Amino acid sequence: MSRLRNCFKKLKNRTALIPFITAGDPTPELTVPLMHALVEAGANIIELGIPFSDPMADGPVIQRASERALGQGMTLVKVLQMVKEFRIKDNDTPVVLMGYLNPIEIMGYKKFAQEAENAEVDGILRVDFPPEEITTESRTFIRANAMSPIFLLSPTTTPERIKYICSKANGYVYYVAVKGVTGSADLDIDSLTDKMAEIRKYTKLPIGVGFGIKDAKSAAKVAKVSDAVIVGSALVGLIETTPQEQLLEKMPAFLKEIRLAMDS
Amino acid sequence: MPISNLLNIKNTRKLPDEHGHFGIYGGIFVAETLMQPLKELQIAYEESLTDSDFLAELNHDLHYFVGRPSPLYHAKRWSQQLGGAKIYLKREDLNHTGAHKINNAVGQALLAKRMGKTRLIAETGAGQHGVATATVAARFGMKCTVYMGSEDIKRQSINVYRMRLLGAEVRAVESGSKTLKDALNEAMRDWVANVDDTFYIIGTVAGPHPYPAMVRDFQAVIGRETRQQTKVLAGHLPNVLIACVGGGSNAIGLFYPFLDNTDITMYGVEAAGEGLKTGRHAAPLNAGKPGILHGNRTYLMTDDDGQIIETHSISAGLDYPGVGPEHAWLKDTGRVEYVAVTDDEALTAFHDLTRIEGIMPALESSHALAYCKKIAPNLDKKQIIVVNLSGRGDKDIHTVANLEGITI
Repeated sequence: MSRLRNCFKKLKNRTALIPFITAGDPTPELTVPLMHALVEAGANIIELGIPFSDPMADGPVIQRASERALGQGMTLVKVLQMVKEFRIKDNDTPVVLMGYLNPIEIMGYKKFAQEAENAEVDGILRVDFPPEEITTESRTFIRANAMSPIFLLSPTTTPERIKYICSKANGYVYYVAVKGVTGSADLDIDSLTDKMAEIRKYTKLPIGVGFGIKDAKSAAKVAKVSDAVIVGSALVGLIETTPQEQLLEKMPAFLKEIRLAMDS
Repeated sequence: MPISNLLNIKNTRKLPDEHGHFGIYGGIFVAETLMQPLKELQIAYEESLTDSDFLAELNHDLHYFVGRPSPLYHAKRWSQQLGGAKIYLKREDLNHTGAHKINNAVGQALLAKRMGKTRLIAETGAGQHGVATATVAARFGMKCTVYMGSEDIKRQSINVYRMRLLGAEVRAVESGSKTLKDALNEAMRDWVANVDDTFYIIGTVAGPHPYPAMVRDFQAVIGRETRQQTKVLAGHLPNVLIACVGGGSNAIGLFYPFLDNTDITMYGVEAAGEGLKTGRHAAPLNAGKPGILHGNRTYLMTDDDGQIIETHSISAGLDYPGVGPEHAWLKDTGRVEYVAVTDDEALTAFHDLTRIEGIMPALESSHALAYCKKIAPNLDKKQIIVVNLSGRGDKDIHTVANLEGITI
């Protein structure tokens, strides 16, 4: 059984907590220790951002994280090495890579699929890659290697597209709760509840919710209606403002607070 | 991956396909939130093309507001000095606001009005597209925000002030390389957050489908007029077409109505900056490779890790790491030849045209002129070259003065 499926199965009725961090931020050396610390604090899955020079769907916080990482020489190859290194100590926690298509396109779909399989990556979310654009080539490689393609749904996604996207997705689907870039606005919990019901009509896959979850309070609300809560900009913002030597304490503390609120 | 010799012109004219692909190029590579707005735009655009009221309004504004048709001007003195082909200039610089960008801005603003949108946003490099968008926003009584890289704001201060006079808000973009590509990222981010009331007027033939096709169709008026005008002035169609290529909207506008005429040679001229070998240029078709940026697959300036490389050109309007996907397709099929000229060559052509013809060209257009200067002497006097003079050079006088050590 895949790590992702196993993870949601083990959780039963508890909602998964998925922190997002950008690989190489604040430094490449701290990424793997941070991943372990997040798991210890209650993360069930880790979304690891592949830095990109032109992160079109991200707000300033994650843009700056990408810039910091690239400034220290991060590459897709190094991101994959980090996952490998993470696996030495942790063979259970699923790792989903999240990023933009160009680094993968330039590496080549076949090579990427092989390398990601070697590194035991569990899922891949390409922000600017709607399922319509998946060529036969890239689909073959991803499927052959049992890496879950994870797709986004948004407030503007029509019922027909929800159905279509869910038919192409695996692992979980990621509902973008606000119209906007990462870290922009607060989400509206009422419309979210309705949307979850609508999506569930079309899929049995777990539904993760991200964008607009800023703290323990909003995470707790979202946890009541979703299968997974994704926290990105709030965490990356904390990385930005925390002195590096305090990060391995403060990050887990922040996540623990969220985990606690979600479980209560 | 060239697909040379396989070009079926009829087929070319049918492109893009329904998903916006020109061969392997183009497409829709955006975050999910924009998929439905793009679909709505595509439907509205396709409907507008068969709506006689819409087309009448567009033609009315192109004539009375923009000043079309733009003249086709025989550059006699320059032709004589070069001693070869007859050179004609398509005077897009004489359009209202001083460049070809207004053709597309009027078209998209009318579409925005038709779709009930009340706010226009745009990205701009040289400022010409920003000015065009601010202009149509004023004309149609809409709110307007223009994103511009802070580097470009420095080198195009006149256009920034023009936009503000027209009532637009100019937002400086401080991320990445602080130029056109970053302004496009920022405009996309704005659009994602404000899709309900906002229409994003992309200024070039790039971006996700339907933009490359839509902007091309609004700019193709350049080539349609040129066909008629060369027949009247010279008695036959031109032999050679030359246009500069950044994103490529003025070039596709000139080329598109001639694609079926396989005996016409077409040159798209990219910015070689300080030279292709130096790496400091903006010539993805000459020195880049296919990748994904800004919603489409096309030739890009990208490193081996898939990061977008910073570009360099004397001309802000050409300082872009990608290019319209249809140009990528036309390169691979061999229908259009893509060449590059350096900053210095463009600057020389800028001075040449200013002194010899009394026409001050934009630095963007000066790239096309520089290539014309290279090939015209080798062509027979009966041959006709049409160069797209895509914009006027007034906006560039500070850049030119700086390069010559003059403070204005």
